[in-house]
Amino acid sequence: MTMTEAPENIETQRLDKNGLQFLSFTLGKEEYGVDILRVQEIRSWEPVSRIPNVPFYEKGVVNLRGAIVPIIDLRERFQLGSSTYTPLTVVVVLQARIGDKIRVMGVVVDSVSDVVNVDRKTIQSPPSFGTKVSTEFINGLVSVNDRMVMLLDVDKLLKLDGVDDDDES
Amino acid sequence: MAIDMAQFHQVFFEESFEGLDAMESGLLNLDLGDVNVEDINTIFRAAHSIKGGSGTFGFTAVSDFTHVMETLLDEMRDGRRQITQPAVDVLLGSVDCLREMLQAIQNGGEIDNQSVAEHKQALDNALNQTGISAGFVPESENPPAALAVTTQSATEPQIDGWNIAFSPHLHLLKTGNEPARMFRELATLGELTTIVDLQGVPDLYDLDPEECHLSWKLNLQGNISAAEIDEVFDWVEDDCDLAKLPIYSSVTAIAPPEWQDKADEENGQNAISPLVKAVVAVQNETNDKDGKKEETKTAAGKGSSSIRVDTGKIDTLINMVGELVITQSMLSLIGEHFELNKLDQLKNGLSQLERHTRELQESVMNIRMLPISFVFSRFPRLAHDISSKLGKKIELKLIGEHTEVDKTVVELLSDPLVHLVRNSLDHGIEMPEVRLAAGKPETGTVILEAYHRGGNIVIEVSDDGKGLDKDKLRAKAIEKGLIAEDTILTDKQTYELIFMPGFSTAEKLTDISGRGVGMDVVRRNIQALGGNIEIISELGKGSTMAIHLPLTLAILDGQSIAVGDETYILPLGSIIESLNIKEDRINRVVGKGETFLLRGEYLPIIRLHEIFKVPNVRAIKLTDGLLVVVEGQGVRCGLFVDDLLGQQQVVIKSLEANYRRVEGVSAATILGDGSVALILDIPGLVRLANQ
Repeated sequence: MTMTEAPENIETQRLDKNGLQFLSFTLGKEEYGVDILRVQEIRSWEPVSRIPNVPFYEKGVVNLRGAIVPIIDLRERFQLGSSTYTPLTVVVVLQARIGDKIRVMGVVVDSVSDVVNVDRKTIQSPPSFGTKVSTEFINGLVSVNDRMVMLLDVDKLLKLDGVDDDDES
Repeated sequence: MAIDMAQFHQVFFEESFEGLDAMESGLLNLDLGDVNVEDINTIFRAAHSIKGGSGTFGFTAVSDFTHVMETLLDEMRDGRRQITQPAVDVLLGSVDCLREMLQAIQNGGEIDNQSVAEHKQALDNALNQTGISAGFVPESENPPAALAVTTQSATEPQIDGWNIAFSPHLHLLKTGNEPARMFRELATLGELTTIVDLQGVPDLYDLDPEECHLSWKLNLQGNISAAEIDEVFDWVEDDCDLAKLPIYSSVTAIAPPEWQDKADEENGQNAISPLVKAVVAVQNETNDKDGKKEETKTAAGKGSSSIRVDTGKIDTLINMVGELVITQSMLSLIGEHFELNKLDQLKNGLSQLERHTRELQESVMNIRMLPISFVFSRFPRLAHDISSKLGKKIELKLIGEHTEVDKTVVELLSDPLVHLVRNSLDHGIEMPEVRLAAGKPETGTVILEAYHRGGNIVIEVSDDGKGLDKDKLRAKAIEKGLIAEDTILTDKQTYELIFMPGFSTAEKLTDISGRGVGMDVVRRNIQALGGNIEIISELGKGSTMAIHLPLTLAILDGQSIAVGDETYILPLGSIIESLNIKEDRINRVVGKGETFLLRGEYLPIIRLHEIFKVPNVRAIKLTDGLLVVVEGQGVRCGLFVDDLLGQQQVVIKSLEANYRRVEGVSAATILGDGSVALILDIPGLVRLANQ
């Protein structure tokens, strides 16, 4: 161990502390990001089994290696119009912490663009539009190469689907 | 090297709870009139193991407490103390106390010191009572020779010391026992002289240093009880030949030389062998018994997620996997150079694969199966406590304890069953004088029976008590505002009133039952397991509660049905029949609701495609599709679907693990093509249709 290494380590640690990585993807012309640590895998679209009497954006469930996983269309969730599904359509499988459990869900997005490094300090809080535009799932905004990326709160996004009705029962 | 003891805690707790169960059942089974020494030995051993274990792990509160119990048990074992019902009750109370202590430690909670102190006091009182044996004479039961030796110590007043011949078996050291340590312990009891016998030691060339070739003759001076010496040798008694002879003050001059002569003559070990053999035989027998007990009496430690599996089951599993691997390699061989003439071989291989997979599945499911005695075993105690508390005479019969059920079912079943059995004991069985007046035997009988029927397990709790009074039930329900005064109820419906929340028939509340929260919870729990509960009762003759449960929660016999492009699974057990409907049997109620006539009964029709909003339906007209008559929780209806596909066993997958509850759907499963199909829930469908 030499003396020169020590400051470097502290430096990288500090970077790690403030640095976050997001997976960015597009929905229509908008760009969104989710914490990369919440992304379990990225899959292509495959037909789902429809679930009766649920909101239209909950497309159904698929078999993910033996687990039953719901698929949610984010475009429809954010009312950005509906899309047609092809084998090139991308499903991002996310892990949400709801209550004390980890739930796995797939979200349909138009395309996955990049993994972006974000300094925690540069994250801006989302503007308020009153009730006109719902910003409840948005944790913050960052600028990546002069494009605005909206950072999604995975827990909120997946919880608001009424998935957690444990409390009621 | 420091060993993290915490890793062994779980095992210690499991074993201790097992030991407590063994003690409890041993105490309950004690026949006071004719006490079997081995029964007491079993109880003693369990207590001793708990004491040893808790000492090792530093749970001193537990080991101190157990020590007092052990002392009392030891006196009983040696015949120095008569075994009385009060003493047994004190011991039973202590078992409970000990269990609470262990649970407290396991859950990181606080030990209830007051309760511990009370029980300890009770034990001390029992110890101080002059129950020293006059009536309990083991000799009358032809005890083995060895026991005569130990009991002798009780009848002879003054012991000056002991001569002990200790010949360890070769493997003694490998079991982790150290003679020197044991001698140190003996030396704390009195003045110890040791003579080592080196005759058994082989040449250095042949010597295995891990083996113990030495034997000892020990002379211990002092007034010491046999139990104290036994305690030192307790851990090694299976691994050595041990004989001990007391030296009495009056006979000191005679006994030891005689023994020593003989010992010298026949080279130590042989001299004492008849006696030793007797001791060993008795102890082996007891050990066997312990072993058997443990097998059937594994503790259902609360919240413990481990499971004890019969090695036979695992062997079967391993065999099965072996077969599977062979089949797999055969198939891959065929696949490598496939030609059309190998088609038959391929088909053969595939059918083998199918068979092996199915067998494997069955044996894996089998691992989760536990005998229902896990639940039943607690009831003798409950019956004992309640009958003595209420002054009733009750005999509890357990039938079919070896019926196997899924572990989850066993765990979730215990609370509902306790409620039912309590109800039978408390409300069902009458007081002895009432029974006699009614011309019934004084002793009431409660039968707990488990058996398989079809794919279900049935558990019945029946009593020959007073039965359910329909008029009383009805009056009570009206009084509580649960039903209107003019409601017409069938007998069955009347009995089912007791499952309504807030309904209790006991005129006064007891601390045993009667708070009116039991039965609705019972039914809810059982329904949550996918089962149902049924009451058969006759006034004055008794009642029977029958619980029907699926054998396992993981696999379901299903019927796939098609609606539009979608496939759903109906539990096979819920289907009564399926039929093509004719136009003339369809009736419309108020122009909308459809019913059809089936053998004189008007059943509502539920169109699955309507309530599930299925697109691309083929059958819109009722005559085009099929009506599946289904039943769930007593509700019957006709489910209108496009077609029936096939029957298959499906593996139940939770929809709620990652998603949520969906009305009308109980779970999901994965079909052969990898797609997901939903399993329908009949009562949920009916609720949906009614909305």
